[in-house]
Amino acid sequence: MDFNDSPEEAKFRKEVNDWLSINATPKGKSKDSATLSEEDALKVAKSWQTKLYDNGWACLHWPKEYGGRDSTPIERVIWGQEASNYKLPAGFFEIGQGMAGPVLMMYASEEQKKKYLPPMAKGEEIWCQLFSEPGAGSDLAGLKTKSVLDGDMWTINGQKIWTSGAHYSDYGILVTRSDPTAQKHKGLTYFFLDMKSPGVEVRPIKQISGGANFNEVYFTDVKIPDDQRLGGVGDGWKVALTTLMNERLAVGDASGPDFNEIFNLACKNDLNGDLAIKDGSVRDKLADWYCQYSGLKYTKYRNISALSRGETPGPQASITKIVSGNKLQEIANFGMDVMDAAGIVRPDSFEEEQAMYQMGFFGAAGIRIAGGTDEILRNIISEQVLGLPQDMRADKGIPFNKIPTSNK
Amino acid sequence: MNFEFSSDQMLLRDQARKFLQGQESVRKAREILEGDNSYDDPLWKSIIEMGWTATTIPEDLDGLGLGYLELCVIAEELGRSLAPTPYSSSVYLATEALLLQSSEEIQKIYLPKLAVGEIVGTLAHTEDTTAPTQKNLKCELNKNKLNGKKIAVPDGDIANFAVVSALTDKRVVLCIVDLSSKGVEVTSQQTLDPSRSHASLTFKNAEAQILESDKDGWEVLQQILDRAAILFAFEQLGGAEACMDMAKEYALGRFAFGRPIASFQAIKHKIADMYIAVELARSNCYFGAWALSTNSPELPTAAATARVSASKAFYECSKENIQTHGGMGFTWEFDCHLYYRRCRQLAANIGSQAIWKNKLINSLEKANQI
Repeated sequence: MDFNDSPEEAKFRKEVNDWLSINATPKGKSKDSATLSEEDALKVAKSWQTKLYDNGWACLHWPKEYGGRDSTPIERVIWGQEASNYKLPAGFFEIGQGMAGPVLMMYASEEQKKKYLPPMAKGEEIWCQLFSEPGAGSDLAGLKTKSVLDGDMWTINGQKIWTSGAHYSDYGILVTRSDPTAQKHKGLTYFFLDMKSPGVEVRPIKQISGGANFNEVYFTDVKIPDDQRLGGVGDGWKVALTTLMNERLAVGDASGPDFNEIFNLACKNDLNGDLAIKDGSVRDKLADWYCQYSGLKYTKYRNISALSRGETPGPQASITKIVSGNKLQEIANFGMDVMDAAGIVRPDSFEEEQAMYQMGFFGAAGIRIAGGTDEILRNIISEQVLGLPQDMRADKGIPFNKIPTSNK
Repeated sequence: MNFEFSSDQMLLRDQARKFLQGQESVRKAREILEGDNSYDDPLWKSIIEMGWTATTIPEDLDGLGLGYLELCVIAEELGRSLAPTPYSSSVYLATEALLLQSSEEIQKIYLPKLAVGEIVGTLAHTEDTTAPTQKNLKCELNKNKLNGKKIAVPDGDIANFAVVSALTDKRVVLCIVDLSSKGVEVTSQQTLDPSRSHASLTFKNAEAQILESDKDGWEVLQQILDRAAILFAFEQLGGAEACMDMAKEYALGRFAFGRPIASFQAIKHKIADMYIAVELARSNCYFGAWALSTNSPELPTAAATARVSASKAFYECSKENIQTHGGMGFTWEFDCHLYYRRCRQLAANIGSQAIWKNKLINSLEKANQI
């Protein structure tokens, strides 16, 4: 047991650091980008992504011919570790590069790959994921957006929801129902489309935090050529599962105040006539959070070790989102409690401590739902890791249009 | 990075698991629980033959001179199989105490015999229903004469000697006492987990030899407990995983409302939560194993984290395993209660969850000041 890099890993780490130290700002040195408008943040992110691309650091795990680096999984981890020490733009390209890109690589024509992947890697074109619907979230295969083929052209009608970044995206990946008389999982067909196609309407959704990162997307007689279909007609579920597998790999720790932040707060704020850290109930909570923090940290190390040996990481990774989302919610709530009534006052600057806990308070409520709810993830652990059977389903073997829904 | 046991260590773990299954260790734990013996002698003898009691004792003292990672994988399997032997007292507590803190002379007398299982040792610390502190200890050592009483001493009625905490001039010291010597009265005590033996030890002017140290005795005791905590955490981890596996097997085979209860989300989510607790504990235990094997300055933090995390996992898994079994889980006949009892025994043996949580935050505060 050791925490050391292999010689190749050490060499790669040095190469990463040499480049980052010249081209990026270490964390804690500048404090400006948190307050940028979305439009300005997007500009900064695009120019950073282009710089990565021009220097061969974009989409590490992609093949070189599509703009990637052909890196090994462990090299991707090392990049992530080193990059986390720098203040880098994030949040615009992950869906495209992490989910849409790999699906295009599997299902698109060579011509399409050459046309769409390099601009995606370079950050010139942004992609979104049009999966969830008002009536199909955890039960994604219950989606209803209709696709009808006429000649070489499909016509799409329906509504998607929770589409992050749809308002600034150039393209989207889309799952539709092409045959409502087939069984639920069998009548789906998967496409990609230009978000500027006539009939696509994007409406932002105001979130509980007040921001609006995600949207409703309406489709009214939107035309998609058949050559933008990914996978066979009726094979959309299989293609969607590939995408979702990549999503779960992409979802990491919940970002926000963690153990170190709440520990430092308890070491400087007063509670019950002494420092909060002296209070037994505070110590009890801190110890629990430390065990979760440490448990996730070393679970990650176990996964990295598996990657380093060239193995596929075990299913341990599936616990990260459940544990970190709930920990964040508890820590954020308690952090504000420690600040007494001041904890709920909206600060003037996002750099102030309250802001971090307030963002975590709202953010955690979203993380516990996005990319698989806590409940769906527990199903995944029990079915895919522990081998327990699926719950009995009321929709099995029935044509989709005969399944009871909330509206009938 | 290689944060995993080596293939040799994993092989040892597999061998240990198969050996203990072959020995029907769980059935033997039940026999000890129901019968009059304080431990399973044939199992104990085979464990000695396997060389497990000699694991970390240096070769020049007749040990195997293996590392702590080997000891950790053995501990996990002993926990999984509820092995009813004095192994933990003799190895994690007594042997480790002598390795960490005793003169060469004492080591030469005791360690070769501990290695071959000729003698058994233990640690005696608890005195009352209140947790022992530097101030409330009542055992007193005066000119090598020990007076006072210790209770709930694990394997106290099996052990040949004990390392005992006592006060000398209001200072905590550790001393070693031959339990067959004059002035020592050993009385077996029934506990919640009769598959593990406990005794009270009464000392009346008993001969005791002080474990010399330039360090404060309380500090040394904490170091001994920290190191033992990691090994006990591996036992707790093995026990927790055994409970998760039992719950899973039972839920798959038990039908209600026309289907396996393992298909109900109420049960699936319960078992998924067991899995989460076990995985977090496993990762924390691994860090403890690393800290123990490298004698890292982070050892106190790693030990407390492993202990708190593994105690929690074993508690969650052993109680929810009973719940998953329904009424059958509440019967004497099913093994669920053996694990529920062992969970409580292991949670109590070297200090409560509240004590270890406090130790964890203490060590983080200390690290923060540096």
